Amino acid sequence: MPHVKCLQCRECKSEYPIEPLNACEFCFGPLEVSYDYDSVAKAVSRKSIESGPNTMWRYHDFLPVEKDSAVDISTGFTPLIHAKNLGRQLGLDHLYIKNDSVNPTFSFKDRPVSVTTTKALEFEFEVLACVSTGNLMGSVAAHGAKAGMQTMVFYPADLEQGKIQGAAVYGPTMVAVEGTYDQANRFCSELADAHRWAFVNINMRPYYAEGSKTLGYEIAEQLGWKAPDHCVVPGASGELHTKIWKGLEEFEGAGLIDKAKTKMHLAQAEGCSPIVEAFESGNNQVKPVRPQTIAKSLAIGNPAAGPYSLEVLRETGGTGVFAYENSIIDGIRLLAETEGIFTETAGGVVISSLKRLVKQGKIKKDEVTVAFVTGNGLKTLEAMGDFVVPIETKPDLDTFQKKLSNQKD
Amino acid sequence: MSVSVRIPTPLRKVTNGEDKANADGNTVSAIIASLDSQFPGIKSRLCDDNGELRSFVNIYVNGEDIRFMEGVGSGVNSGDEISIVPAVAGGR
Repeated sequence: MPHVKCLQCRECKSEYPIEPLNACEFCFGPLEVSYDYDSVAKAVSRKSIESGPNTMWRYHDFLPVEKDSAVDISTGFTPLIHAKNLGRQLGLDHLYIKNDSVNPTFSFKDRPVSVTTTKALEFEFEVLACVSTGNLMGSVAAHGAKAGMQTMVFYPADLEQGKIQGAAVYGPTMVAVEGTYDQANRFCSELADAHRWAFVNINMRPYYAEGSKTLGYEIAEQLGWKAPDHCVVPGASGELHTKIWKGLEEFEGAGLIDKAKTKMHLAQAEGCSPIVEAFESGNNQVKPVRPQTIAKSLAIGNPAAGPYSLEVLRETGGTGVFAYENSIIDGIRLLAETEGIFTETAGGVVISSLKRLVKQGKIKKDEVTVAFVTGNGLKTLEAMGDFVVPIETKPDLDTFQKKLSNQKD
Repeated sequence: MSVSVRIPTPLRKVTNGEDKANADGNTVSAIIASLDSQFPGIKSRLCDDNGELRSFVNIYVNGEDIRFMEGVGSGVNSGDEISIVPAVAGGR
């Protein structure tokens, strides 16, 4: 960790040693990893990064772990696809989809969890734990398996089956908590005080959050070492939104790209949009809500990074936008039917919100836009409802031809 | 009336390592004042200069977030369980 200085409170700037700590003891503000950026800038170049592995670990100089110790199941460096078909429909010439649903456990969560699992081993934890709305627990269970750690995953009991089974297969202890994610989260915060476990999104959060920066680095590198004009990012805790921006700023600081003038838009679902509501009403504080959305992976009513996400929205000239609940499935199908990418409900929120942003004139035809698709559609099949209407036929040519022509009529 | 308050790790230096404390009062703000008289300085860590809860502190009464109730003015009954939790957890 040659470039890491300490943990620092984002609010009052108190400093702490590199330990499994997440909250400032003076003001409860979140702790963040502080780096010696001069030392980072000296160590990295476009060339050194390009010669690294085809995973997120090509950016290890920007991550808070020892070199060469990574628990890597081949996460990151996912495709950035020029979405010409979808772009044509929406009236955008330079629309790109960052398809992070092709990570090893099919969501962007592998990025923060890869960093956290590596760090948990450095701290000599034996148990890796998390509280999750689904994607995270699959990733924690997989990385724990790879690292030879015990894993404990906590989730709200009403989660989609695909996410429950998709985590259980890696062999963790599964704990179904009665109630909402926010209730499970509160419970786990208390639990994290009582056990010496590496709770990836609680006591390990400063390290965890750093992993998401790699999405910012990747899109810049994949665009030819340039920041885009717009990013459209799904919002749950607000952390991903702030960390993609941090990634772009760090690349700029290290001289790898020119000044980032990206407008960082945040997309939430209508039924859980506390950050967007605060943005629209001009508040600096986010008022918690009780989520009622089909986008369960975005159903965080009390978003921890909400205030910082608001800062990023205002600093970059981005817009907080929500997708109507009844447009989320349409967004999923539109992306699938135009680009051949099947995303989960969070991706439906992003595509549907992107449509609204274009309609509102926030994104112009010739501007480079990256929409983040962070999870795979097979995880949330239930949300799709009963939309399949097949042609039913006997295995007989005449019957089939007749049915086919009927359908065309 | 007396209630039990769960103390999170970042506050335990103030409570001499105790993870639970008893406090008296019939509102959350009275409970905080009662804690502060036992453990001087605890209030300034939980509340800003106007007496409002800091952004990154969550307080729950029997598992219910007081921001969904009347904030620090929320009522408290004897035997209630109060939990102070740093708000910086999360991610999905």
